[in-house]
Amino acid sequence: MEFFKQFAVPNPTPTIYLSMVAIGLTLIAVLAGITYFKKWGYLWSEWLTTVDHKRIGIMYLISALLMLFRGGVDALMMRAQTSMPGNELLSAAEYNEIFTTHGVVMIFFMAMAFITALMNFVVPLQIGARDVAFPRLNALSFWLYFMGAMLFNLSFVIGGSPSSGWTSYFPLAGNELSPHIGTNYYMIALQIAGLGTLITGINFIVTIFKMRAPGMKLMKMPLFTWSALITNLLITFAFPVLTVALAMGTMDRLFGTHFFTMDNGGMAMLWANFFWVWGHPEVYILVLPAFGIYSEVISTFSKRNLYGYTSMVVSIVVISTLAFLVWVHHFFTMGQGALVNSIFSITTMAIAIPTGIKIFNWLFTMWKGKIQFTVPMLYSLGFIPIFTIGGVTGVMLGIASADYQYHNTMFLVAHFHLVIIPGVVFAMLAGMTYWWPKMFGFMLNERIGKWAFWNIAIGTCLAFFPMFISGLDGQARRMYTYSEVAGFGIWNLLSFFGALGLAMGFILIVFNVYYSARYASRDIGDDPWDARTLEWATRTPVPEYNFAVTPQVDSREPLWDSKYEGKTLFKEEIKDIHMPNNSGQPFIMTIFFFVAGFGLVFSMWPVVYVAAAGIAVLLFIRSFERDDGRHIHAEEVRETENNKRGDTR
Amino acid sequence: MTTEHSTPMEYSTETNALNIIGFWVFIGAEIALFATLFAAYFIMEGRIADGPSGGHLFVISTLMIQTFVLLTSSFTIGLGVNAMRLGRKGAALTFFIITLVLGAGFVGVEIYEFYEYVHEGLNLQTSAFSAALFTLLGTHGAHVSFGLFWGIGIIIQIVKYGFTPRTANKTFIFSLYWHFLDVVWIFIFSFVYLKGMM
Repeated sequence: MEFFKQFAVPNPTPTIYLSMVAIGLTLIAVLAGITYFKKWGYLWSEWLTTVDHKRIGIMYLISALLMLFRGGVDALMMRAQTSMPGNELLSAAEYNEIFTTHGVVMIFFMAMAFITALMNFVVPLQIGARDVAFPRLNALSFWLYFMGAMLFNLSFVIGGSPSSGWTSYFPLAGNELSPHIGTNYYMIALQIAGLGTLITGINFIVTIFKMRAPGMKLMKMPLFTWSALITNLLITFAFPVLTVALAMGTMDRLFGTHFFTMDNGGMAMLWANFFWVWGHPEVYILVLPAFGIYSEVISTFSKRNLYGYTSMVVSIVVISTLAFLVWVHHFFTMGQGALVNSIFSITTMAIAIPTGIKIFNWLFTMWKGKIQFTVPMLYSLGFIPIFTIGGVTGVMLGIASADYQYHNTMFLVAHFHLVIIPGVVFAMLAGMTYWWPKMFGFMLNERIGKWAFWNIAIGTCLAFFPMFISGLDGQARRMYTYSEVAGFGIWNLLSFFGALGLAMGFILIVFNVYYSARYASRDIGDDPWDARTLEWATRTPVPEYNFAVTPQVDSREPLWDSKYEGKTLFKEEIKDIHMPNNSGQPFIMTIFFFVAGFGLVFSMWPVVYVAAAGIAVLLFIRSFERDDGRHIHAEEVRETENNKRGDTR
Repeated sequence: MTTEHSTPMEYSTETNALNIIGFWVFIGAEIALFATLFAAYFIMEGRIADGPSGGHLFVISTLMIQTFVLLTSSFTIGLGVNAMRLGRKGAALTFFIITLVLGAGFVGVEIYEFYEYVHEGLNLQTSAFSAALFTLLGTHGAHVSFGLFWGIGIIIQIVKYGFTPRTANKTFIFSLYWHFLDVVWIFIFSFVYLKGMM
């Protein structure tokens, strides 16, 4: 029995027991359902072993949406707890766990997965490629992310969640002040998922540099592909820093080293520095693809080419450089001295310049355009004012001397939610709605989509604007409750209503998916939005080889020019197409990663050794494997092309 | 011999060319990783608590052996790749085996060195300095050790299949990895050992 005690949750409450039962029942229902409908073979051969970038993208999308709901429920619980002074819905310990998991889940497992989902699905299509450069590694990336996410979520019911904030600052996250294993989950799960992200970064850099269609020069790439390229460069150079920081944190916790401790020379500030040297580029890793999506959407629905293409590209590059030079602004109050703070204050405010350029370019794109108020366009239009408010308050926070007033208050919470929700969540919902027909062959209902948008947009403002006021009034972040005399009650109650609005919006999105899947027309053609870039030049739904013939590009908007300027995209004859084979190795390898991670969390060394040996064996098998892929014959391609619905070109 | 007009075998297919570029990008990520480890080491260098300092521990003899062995192995793998391009399988295999033996020698000396440090009272848990030192050296040493297994796998494949575009590609990428570890060692030599001994 001693052995099993370590798996118990430290602060059990009825809600946690209830969730355990619910998770158990759902799991049984899912497994039973798959068995009953005899879908195991389908699941294995079509999804678990797939190396197709489109299917991997869809799996990322599903995971991201699931994580959005997990993180969203966390958020609702927090807002409910603070909606009234002296509320006792949650205990202080539970509240700590919930704000920690909310942040981690939303950043690492929702937002990162969402951008990777859209990059996976869209980038190869936009550049006219058949797949990414390393399809097998792409599958490995997804499964590493997925297993990391599952490991992290397991903490909720086995062993207890981390509770030292999503930034996990030491010494709070050290053994002395967080003696429970929760923080081990944080360190290990993020390490596994981070490895997947790094592999994605390398994969997409090579894909975008080497696999563009003939004629697509760098300065002819669509803006989303540009933003994906720069994002993946940021990933490749920022994530190793997180890798090292997490490894050091793990060693402090498991082996008793003194990197971030308060004694034997340890330096807790080193964690804060490393975390944000990764963490600030991470902000731009999330927001740059969003900027790319807005550029595509705004140009498509204004029926105009993007204003200031070159300055858009330059501003992305400038932002990515500055991203590495501002990390100290996350802890101005933690003792650097005036000179250092001043330098980082200036670099921080400088970021507003390229960002401002982008905002004006979007506005100029819409100027005199024929604007269509579709759901993706509504998200883009909602983004501009809300993001600007978030951005301007960011400049306020960037003023080091003033930051002493704002630091660690709800003002900060309001700021970063008002940049990250319009900047990332709106963009992802816009991108999802925009590319949905390409992914699934039907469009999401516009009417329900608009209801969802207004709920989310108004909910966002209502949830976060009051925090500016309560924050300036002195309400600290991460406080689980407050007394009535503080006067924060009304602002927090408004926030709670805003959170309910957001929740309503997301429920409507789920309903929209159900409704549209059931009733929407399947006869939508290849290009339902009358768009401009190559992903709409393929068939809907996209055949596994993407393009029967590699397109020839000589402009920034090749599809638009082929539709309205009479240029020919597809000049060659259909030939045999070479495709990679599916493989179960990535999935199996990541199961070993999961087991090894679980073993590390609880310091069960034999488990770790066995799982690590499994990983090593699989690496050897892969090295000795002789897999040359397969060919789809020209005849077969011609047949597929003729059978596809939609207009023939 | 291949002339400058033809593509070397390791680049000869599209997948091969992508693999090599991908590996260069991976080396970029590795540079970021080691840069972070070096940064941590520089910050922790003086934070020795009650334990010994680098100046007290570092010994010139093991350092010179390690450096000589690893740099020579980088030279021999270069000779091996050259032999591969000349199509001389036997010579290439000999050079690769010498490379791995030298690599194993390096790891052996490093293990001995760590053993000595522990005897001098420097454990992983002694101080921030010890943690940073062991992590930096250990990460490099783990890379070399991983390379030993990787290299054995490649040698087996060369013996089995000879030099094909696939095995040539694997060999070339492995040589990139090995040279990279050599470069990292030069930084460790200069900024950990020499700096510590001065």
